[in-house]
Amino acid sequence: MEFTRRETLGLALGAAALTVLPFRANAAVEDAIAEFTGGAEMAEGGITLTAPEIAENGNTVPIEVSAPGATAIMVLATGNPVPGVATFNFGPLAASQAASTRIRLAETQDVVAIARLADGSFAKASATVKVTIGGCGG
Amino acid sequence: MISRRDFLQVSMAASALVGASGFGNWARLAAQQALTQDQLLEFETFGNISLIHVTDIHGQLKPIFFREPEINLGVGANQGFVPHITGAEFRKAYGIADGSASAYALTHDDFSSLAKAYGRVGGMDRVATVINAIRADRPDALLLDGGDTWHGSYTCYHTAGQDMVNVMNALKPDAMTFHWEFTLGSDRVNEIVEGLPYAALGQNIFDAEWDEPAELFKPYKFFERGGAKIAVIGQAFPYMPIANPNWMFPEYSFGIRDENMQSMVDEVRSEGADVVVVLSHNGFDVDKKMAGKVQGIDVILSGHTHDALPEPVLVGKTHIIASGSNGKFVSRVDLDVRDGQMMGLRHKLIPIFSDVIAPDPAMTALIKEQRAPYAAELAEVIGRTDTLLYRRGNFNGTWDDLICDALISEREADIAMSPGVRWGPSLVPGDDITREDIWNVTSMTYGQAYRTEMTGEFIKVILEDVADNIFNPDPYYQQGGDMVRIGGMGYRIDINRPQGERISDMTLLRTGEAIDPAKSYVVAGWASVNEGTEGPMIWDVVESHVRKLGTVTVNPNNSVNVVGA
Repeated sequence: MEFTRRETLGLALGAAALTVLPFRANAAVEDAIAEFTGGAEMAEGGITLTAPEIAENGNTVPIEVSAPGATAIMVLATGNPVPGVATFNFGPLAASQAASTRIRLAETQDVVAIARLADGSFAKASATVKVTIGGCGG
Repeated sequence: MISRRDFLQVSMAASALVGASGFGNWARLAAQQALTQDQLLEFETFGNISLIHVTDIHGQLKPIFFREPEINLGVGANQGFVPHITGAEFRKAYGIADGSASAYALTHDDFSSLAKAYGRVGGMDRVATVINAIRADRPDALLLDGGDTWHGSYTCYHTAGQDMVNVMNALKPDAMTFHWEFTLGSDRVNEIVEGLPYAALGQNIFDAEWDEPAELFKPYKFFERGGAKIAVIGQAFPYMPIANPNWMFPEYSFGIRDENMQSMVDEVRSEGADVVVVLSHNGFDVDKKMAGKVQGIDVILSGHTHDALPEPVLVGKTHIIASGSNGKFVSRVDLDVRDGQMMGLRHKLIPIFSDVIAPDPAMTALIKEQRAPYAAELAEVIGRTDTLLYRRGNFNGTWDDLICDALISEREADIAMSPGVRWGPSLVPGDDITREDIWNVTSMTYGQAYRTEMTGEFIKVILEDVADNIFNPDPYYQQGGDMVRIGGMGYRIDINRPQGERISDMTLLRTGEAIDPAKSYVVAGWASVNEGTEGPMIWDVVESHVRKLGTVTVNPNNSVNVVGA
């Protein structure tokens, strides 16, 4: 069997697409994080992300972020076609640096929250939220 | 003969609180003699507080048979640990002799013959006798119901839970938490809870719209007992809207919410709690993980996964007690609480041998009253069984094999699916199958038997999804049931693979052909969580099938090839 150059290219692209797709999805997340942090290191701790382990309804998943002293908190749904969810900015008069909202999750994925702290450093937290078709318990 | 040695209580000195492991075996002495009620109840009263735990009764008012699982696999850090050891391994771990009363109560082997020797278990009139006896020792003992109480029988269905409410009210519990109760629908649950003469607890029962604690269910309640202040915090089943039909209780949201549990523990401690007890419907592995994350819980009374453990499991300083299901066991937990802390604990898992424990006459009469309007329907003999019919097991049980056969035959399907629930008593060979027996393993408020077409690919997606709800290595992502039971199709499962890679070699048993991902198959099943599911009720499907068979024989099921156990 002979392949034309075009077919060969097509096969190669197909194979590449398979491996690259997850990379591209991550790239959007990485780009968003890089833009927010300017590439700075992110510490674990200093930010709390509260999300259900299993979503009761993937279309409206309640989450809460809290980072005492933060000036801004960015939330990303890493498995969504468009990962950006929200960035909450806190002014100097904010009584607390916490926010809650509901997000839509297309599938089981990690939700990531990154806080910019008052001293300019960054902190990150993530949580896996499972979206399931449901089973039956005991 | 039931031997006395099997029912020695376990007690724990204060030293165990700081990490000594090993409680001493439940069964150690070997004095062969007939068991008496006094021996079952024998308990050296300890400390200043007694807790009585019942859980997962599933509507079972009368004595029943209940075979414990042969296959109950643990994954991740829980592989090989209780409750994920069964049979001979379980008996070895607790020093239980083969063929003993404890072996019969706690393990699966030789069930049919041991059932003939030791008889039925449970019965709420026997449970009442045990509770009364504990209260005679300690009049102010706390009775705590872990939920899955108002579900699971013919009378419970036809009275929308009222039979169980009446019986439990007579037992006078102090608090309760919930799971299947919500499948009565939120209107009915609210109605019962509003009139409940004891506390309805759940720190994780939230209002779905506002994501705030639900008004009707309090997170905890304080009790003053033995000069100490006890806080009982409720933990309802976290995954009700996923494992059960969300549309039946749309106003409510659940989840594990361990951060809120920590807040509640801190709150009750700051309000002066000397001891913190969590009445939980999390399931055992979830409770174990929660005990490691939430600081300050002394005792977790664990429910949902129906495990019966003769000794507490200690995680840090938290003692987890698992009290079985279907009225088969009552746990007594005595606590020594002094100077604002728990100094020691003594525990006994009391098996309710119905031929040994005398029924409480007042409760017998009350149960009879609940059943009287339905007596004829309950007692009608539909068929007979030559095979031990049981449900428990990760992948199949003979009851579900029979139910799947009924679905395939009555609904003319290629493949049948039966939900992996863990409730439902057993029948031993030679038993009649009554209408009550069929309802005991099928009764629910969404029992429609659907018939639909699914592609091979979609069937795999379902199996993968359910498998991950059982075998995800992180207990917080488990829902606590068993694998969906499959009739008409075999498959291979590697439980240690990630979701999407566990299931392979799906085969249509009728033809021996591999399942084609693109082809559609006729699938019949029941207990769909989707609103508007149509079809005859599953108990009618099974009744019709059993009636045609007359005598039921279920052949051994080898259609699931399990790898990685």
